[in-house]
Amino acid sequence: MATQHSRSAARLMMAPAVILLLGWMLVPLVMTLYFSFMDYRPLRGIAECCVGFQNYERFITSSSFADSVGVTLIMVGGILAITVIGGVLLAMLLDQPMWGQGIVRILVIAPFFVMPTVSALVWKNMFMDPVNGVLAHVWRFFGAAPHDWLSQSPLFSIILIVSWQWLPFATLILLTAIQSLDSEQLEASEMDGAGFLSRFWFIVLPHLARAITVVVLIQTIFLLSIFAEIFVTTQGSFGTRTLTYLIYQRVLESQNVGLGSAGGILAVILANIIAIFLMRIVGRNLDA
Amino acid sequence: MNTKLRACLGACAVGALSAGAAWAETTITVATVNNGDMIRMQGLMDDFNAQHPDIKVEWVTLEENVLRQRVTQDIATNGGQFDVMTIGTYEVPIWAGQDWLVPLTDMPEGYDADDFLPAIAGGLSKDGTLYAAPFYGESSMVMYRKDLMEKAGMEMPEAPTWDDIKKAAEAMTDKEAEVYGICLRGKAGWGENMAFLSAMANSYGARWFDEDWKAQFDQPEWKATLDTYMDLMTNYGPPGASTNGFNENLSLFQQGKCGMWIDATVAASFVTNPNDSSVADQVGFALAPDNGLGKRGNWLWAWSLGIPAGSDAKDAAKQFVAWATSKDYTALVASKEGWANVPPGTRTSLYENQEYLDAAPFAKMTLDSINSADPTAPTVDPVPYTGVQFVAIPEFAGIGTQVGQEFSAALAGQQTVEQALEKAQALTTDEMEAAGY
Amino acid sequence: MARASTPQKKAVATVAAWTIGLLIFFPILWTILTSFKTEADAIANPPKVLFFDWTLENYGVVQERSDYARYLWNSIVIAGGSTLLGLIVAIPAAWSMAFVPGKRTKDVLMWMLSTKMLPAVGVLYPIYLVMIRLGVLDTKGALIVVLMLINLPIIIWMLYTYFKEIPGEILEAARMDGASLREEILYILTPMAVPGIASTLLLNIILAWNEAFWTLNLTAAKAAPLTAFIASYSSPEGLFYAKLSAASTMAIAPILIMGWFSQKQLVRGLTFGAVK
Repeated sequence: MATQHSRSAARLMMAPAVILLLGWMLVPLVMTLYFSFMDYRPLRGIAECCVGFQNYERFITSSSFADSVGVTLIMVGGILAITVIGGVLLAMLLDQPMWGQGIVRILVIAPFFVMPTVSALVWKNMFMDPVNGVLAHVWRFFGAAPHDWLSQSPLFSIILIVSWQWLPFATLILLTAIQSLDSEQLEASEMDGAGFLSRFWFIVLPHLARAITVVVLIQTIFLLSIFAEIFVTTQGSFGTRTLTYLIYQRVLESQNVGLGSAGGILAVILANIIAIFLMRIVGRNLDA
Repeated sequence: MNTKLRACLGACAVGALSAGAAWAETTITVATVNNGDMIRMQGLMDDFNAQHPDIKVEWVTLEENVLRQRVTQDIATNGGQFDVMTIGTYEVPIWAGQDWLVPLTDMPEGYDADDFLPAIAGGLSKDGTLYAAPFYGESSMVMYRKDLMEKAGMEMPEAPTWDDIKKAAEAMTDKEAEVYGICLRGKAGWGENMAFLSAMANSYGARWFDEDWKAQFDQPEWKATLDTYMDLMTNYGPPGASTNGFNENLSLFQQGKCGMWIDATVAASFVTNPNDSSVADQVGFALAPDNGLGKRGNWLWAWSLGIPAGSDAKDAAKQFVAWATSKDYTALVASKEGWANVPPGTRTSLYENQEYLDAAPFAKMTLDSINSADPTAPTVDPVPYTGVQFVAIPEFAGIGTQVGQEFSAALAGQQTVEQALEKAQALTTDEMEAAGY
Repeated sequence: MARASTPQKKAVATVAAWTIGLLIFFPILWTILTSFKTEADAIANPPKVLFFDWTLENYGVVQERSDYARYLWNSIVIAGGSTLLGLIVAIPAAWSMAFVPGKRTKDVLMWMLSTKMLPAVGVLYPIYLVMIRLGVLDTKGALIVVLMLINLPIIIWMLYTYFKEIPGEILEAARMDGASLREEILYILTPMAVPGIASTLLLNIILAWNEAFWTLNLTAAKAAPLTAFIASYSSPEGLFYAKLSAASTMAIAPILIMGWFSQKQLVRGLTFGAVK
């Protein structure tokens, strides 16, 4: 169908994007790779090549590495679970006829516009603070001792904060998907006597599968690099040190650029493993 | 009046010179921390601009952790983004050793660098040369509520021991009324909980490293330090203490929720300021506690202004640093905001000024605290490092924060003191080996 | 799947949706309310919800401390610039992938997405060094390019999925009628693509506006946007709840207002091919 002419035109049109992204990927990647084989500690004035795989060995064998990978997976998994399940339920609710639908939708999407630093600051100081936070007041109102969120359930607190930010995104995409569902099909099944649960399970959920994979893929890409929320709230203490945060500590806090760069390369590899896994699923879904 | 006269003289002179020819304006970028004294300075820039109309100052005001990361990154890569950096006693000797800072010799006439308190100047010098000018200096001390002590029928000694502190904390705690006997730092970070704990450990005879750079967290002195700390905080401390840093505790104290607070001496002017503090007229001061071993648990720190060697406006930067840390600046703040609000802890002359001593009830205690801290011999047993609440080696920021996270997790009840110490010992040993000690 | 429903059902749905909506919005509402309180009212126990002395004092203090307009302007230029530049690069690329798909198209797309996997903290050093060499630290131009590159994969993908839904038959028909490639794009595709492009533009502005790592680390005084503005309020001394709220409100208000006014456009194209 496509002519040779349009094919080369197409290539030309893609070229700027591909070249730019290639440069954006290769330059830092190659430099990071190079640093990762160096003993590079600027504060000591040391920048020596090459120390082989020493940095990788140190990064992997330190106990914080395995912990941080675990924390990352729990954090990303938790946020995905909350936003996807919450998003499906919320989207189904918003799809019902109601008064003031437009305003409710505005209220629901608002967190998506809040920058991560601000949302972390607001949650930390004004909601989760055990003395002056709103949640502490609520707890006291019900006669309970205020919960100290950030030190007693730190990982959950961060998951909560980030989920709040991403729930609108998931809801919006899932809502569009639900709205495209053929209502006759549903009505027919309702006539046949199918209950709400079976309708949800056999008709709604399969229809949403594609939207859910899209939400999971896009959010994973963003969630793997969560930084501001941890930096503002716990600074990686109490078992909230993700791989990203561990690399930050190595590169910028300890100023051990070689060691941190090795961590960066490892993070790229791990992220790509997850990505390939996800993209397989999405790719299949996109073709379908 | 003196200041104004001088300011005018400077401005008029420059004005007269410039009347004939247009001068080139130099812009300097100053990176600074978002604390009260630095914010105040930004409001007083008219005076500097009048004296130096050819220098334009751009501010980059950041929260402490972000600031430290930004300036370290920039100086380590010679990025040249800043002409003046606000740095502390920890960074100065390390950066000066790399020749990253401009030595502050040939300062303008009347600067009087000899007037700086010896303990403070010593921490900012290398081989006798000053590499950063102290903007304000601080030690730590006990701040307590006189009314609560009175109610409990107790009296705070001027130089308490840790036992005295414990008794006072017990007597003042009234959790029903949300009054907690003692507030201490718990938030993880080498400049947060580890500043307090390292200084406290000094008074218990503990140390970070022995003479061979071996980590010492497996020694009983550290255990004793942490046991006391945990005892105080779990029984008499506020909820959520493991995320409280300086600012959080200041806020609690100002709201009247702390009986005692052991922290930076600069806090004294905030807790006695009736505009911000609900307990302003009830605050008493005492030296940081000791344990009868000859060292007190007080630290030494100075927020200082340094000029990176990569700056392309070194002369203008020097003019600014000289202005900001001069006696005239102190007088300027006093005339605008009152003597109690001048940046404390840097100049001997300030503590000889009767007006200041009258206005600042905490002046004597601040000076005594600063003078009793000795960064060159911080511990009971000898150590190979300098620094009271830190170890002046480049690796310390990273190690200190990680150890701080373990101790903070212990305070949050997620692990025992023994586990925290074990992990601290392991990770410190590990990091030091990697660094080639 | 909207269907006829009874008034009772509608009432239940309304109550449930409003409750959840207000709950989700509450943190923002509370921040805005607190920004109008005095510091003492901000920490009052029990909290004061509406009956307090409304004051603009905090906004005055924040403005006095930092020149809001300058940060706001930088945010607008950087977010807007990177979005426009991104669209200029992305639209042709997405168009060609959607309408002239090759064997490798899907792989290229996936590779593009994978460039987002490089952790920013890990590559800060290299990028910083490159920027020093180029002499572009603390310039809006550098940030525009960096943010454009960061968001490029997402917007190419979003546009691609949108373009793909434009039926190919229309193009075929146009070609039969002798339309050139230029005409094809200008008169047929563009009008159909506008909703998708608008939605992509909005999403990119939001992402660029809220990006907090590069904008903070690559700027000093000249190019610092609102993310740097908020970094100077993150732990001030003493009582700070009201001032923090005021600064937070100032940082998010512009994008929040923009988002609300354009939410219809944003939602319309925000599908990423999720709808078949």
